[in-house]
Amino acid sequence: MRRTFSMGGVHPNDCKISADSEIETFPLPERMYISMSQHLGAPAKPLVQKGDKVKTGQLIGASAGFISANIHSPVSGTVASVGPYADLAGNPAMHIVIDVEGDEWEESIDRTADIVREISLSPAEIIKRIADCGVVGLGGASFPTHVKLSPPPGKKAEFLIINGAECEPYLTSDYRLMVEHTEEVLLGARIMMKALGVVKGYIGIEDNKPAAIEAMRRLTESSYSEIEVVPLKKKYPQGGEKQLIDAVTGRKVPSMGLPIDTGVVVQNVGTSFAVYEAVQKNKPLFEGVMTVTGECLSVQHNFLVRTGTTFDRILDYVGGVPDTAAKIISGGPMMGKAVSNMAAATVKSTSSLLLLTEDQTRRRAEGECIRCGKCVQACPMGLEPYLLNKLSRAGRMEELEANKVYDCIECGCCMFTCPAYIPLLDYIRTGKADVMKIMRSRPKK
Amino acid sequence: MGTTFIFTVVTLSVLGLLLAIVLFLVAKKFKVVEDPLIDVVEATMPGANCGGCGFAGCRAFAEACVKSRSLEGKFCPVGGNAVMQKVAAHLGVAAEEKAPMVAVVRCNGTCANRVRTSEYDGSVSCRIMGSLYSGDTACRYGCLGGGDCEKACRFDAIKVNPETLIPEVSEDKCTACGACVKACPKGIIELRNKGPKNRRVYVSCMNQDKGGIARKACTAACIGCGKCAKACPFGAITVENNLAYIDFNKCKLCRKCVAECPTGAIHAVNFPEKPAAAPVSAPVAEAVENHKE
Repeated sequence: MRRTFSMGGVHPNDCKISADSEIETFPLPERMYISMSQHLGAPAKPLVQKGDKVKTGQLIGASAGFISANIHSPVSGTVASVGPYADLAGNPAMHIVIDVEGDEWEESIDRTADIVREISLSPAEIIKRIADCGVVGLGGASFPTHVKLSPPPGKKAEFLIINGAECEPYLTSDYRLMVEHTEEVLLGARIMMKALGVVKGYIGIEDNKPAAIEAMRRLTESSYSEIEVVPLKKKYPQGGEKQLIDAVTGRKVPSMGLPIDTGVVVQNVGTSFAVYEAVQKNKPLFEGVMTVTGECLSVQHNFLVRTGTTFDRILDYVGGVPDTAAKIISGGPMMGKAVSNMAAATVKSTSSLLLLTEDQTRRRAEGECIRCGKCVQACPMGLEPYLLNKLSRAGRMEELEANKVYDCIECGCCMFTCPAYIPLLDYIRTGKADVMKIMRSRPKK
Repeated sequence: MGTTFIFTVVTLSVLGLLLAIVLFLVAKKFKVVEDPLIDVVEATMPGANCGGCGFAGCRAFAEACVKSRSLEGKFCPVGGNAVMQKVAAHLGVAAEEKAPMVAVVRCNGTCANRVRTSEYDGSVSCRIMGSLYSGDTACRYGCLGGGDCEKACRFDAIKVNPETLIPEVSEDKCTACGACVKACPKGIIELRNKGPKNRRVYVSCMNQDKGGIARKACTAACIGCGKCAKACPFGAITVENNLAYIDFNKCKLCRKCVAECPTGAIHAVNFPEKPAAAPVSAPVAEAVENHKE
């Protein structure tokens, strides 16, 4: 019996149609737009001005606080401007625009393909290097990795879990990394285990990726015996931090708690690869694997894209937007965001560009709740989505809080399973935002 | 048979009497002494319970007025000065005169003026739409057309026009309670002085982008050129962040700015049509009209 998380979850068709496309290097565009808000926390402070020459890998945005991250130039060239530019949702954010000239890298970066196996840095040096190289969590939330690797005083990590679940349909970027860069991912895990001072690591992979499980097993059995491969029964949202901890270790993260409360640190496969490159190759995080997929595209791609490439440039490269495409999403179909501004640029954690057809995206007319309880069954956090939806629409904040709306991870299982097509998550999300605002405004004890 | 009858009547009567005494004593002991004036004041209130005064309904407002014996900072926007005069008379204090206000929608991004750049198919709510992205047009400051203001209005005074997708305020119904102002996630609606004969001049735009960008997104956008501010003889107009704002306390309704505005972003409402040429007396004008037909 394969392990999985104990509560809720749904089974969307996994649609991994781009799984067999090897990682291709995306050609350098003429112009790059690098956002200063690519991570959770305070936006980075721009360090360059219009007219400055920059090299690939040069620091151009400085971390502005503990929860923030450095940003490095993904290309070499001249800074064309520094100012607000619209992100994928059309909201302006500080961007550095660079006109690309050649591809001259910083000398300190090791550009060879050789795998460096020996970890010479001390734990403190590793964390510093990760912070310097601007590594953030690539699973979606973009939480600065060095913060996650520095547990608060009094908390001690016991395990590291590498998240290879990739439970979102269509996405295959983590899968390709696990298959093509197996050893680098494992080395990244080993580096983070050294930084955390833990001796046991796990890598959780869903069983719809047998090639990745096989590749990982082969290496862990021979030379990475401290890391155990855990095949998981396919279920969405297995890649959620709390769900993955439950699936792999059986531990439950308490309500309002953090994974570290159960002695576990979770890092994504992509993050692990980025950590390897940062620590062993001194290469800052300025490029990542991105899936470009959809039934309406004739060829499926996995690209290695430099951060700051615009979406329309990527779509041009794959032959333009097909007429049948109705919606373009950055991320997976369950939790991704619709791209309304095609001129926006990718960020560090952009994992996919997904083109859906009219049929796939059509919203059906909302019906009445028949109290079937499917949403309650599907909720991986044990909430009652039908109730939260009603309370949120009625503006009953105290009751929303009493029903733990703040525990919602916004995975969308409730909306996916609702037979009446009620946009449950839309309303729960606004209710959650209101409740969180009220909770934050209260004086701290 | 007879004794049973008498017994029942006597038992129930005695029981009733005893309970009455208990109830009387309880009522005496736990009596809540309330100022009878609260009831009087509440009776003069409109009873809309809209919360526009900042209190939880008309009763709470009446209680607050009676307890503090002052009307400072208290005003019922629905009842207006007439109701406040009555309340003041009951309390024996002077009421502050306030100019009547009305909700004003500061966006003229109609379907004709603003091109839709994307199609939104999510839940029909400005709040949700606004949290997902900047909106389905290139202007991220403008009205989303989801009708949150319409849902918030208890007086049926604001309605989204299905043709323009911009809400319109019905002046006679609007009580300036401010519910729509709070409901709008883009902060487009403002409470402004109703003005003499309901005449008002205001900038119907919230776009803070630079002129070129604003104009490209919407043909009726304020481009922040500042011509209106220069034209205003009363210093009522300020231009900040590429957006003009008319202070309704300083505006004397001369309408010089309206003529200056290159995009027509400044609206003047409820003014009589300006005569085209030399002023003609009304009967003559009518005759001319008839002749034309």
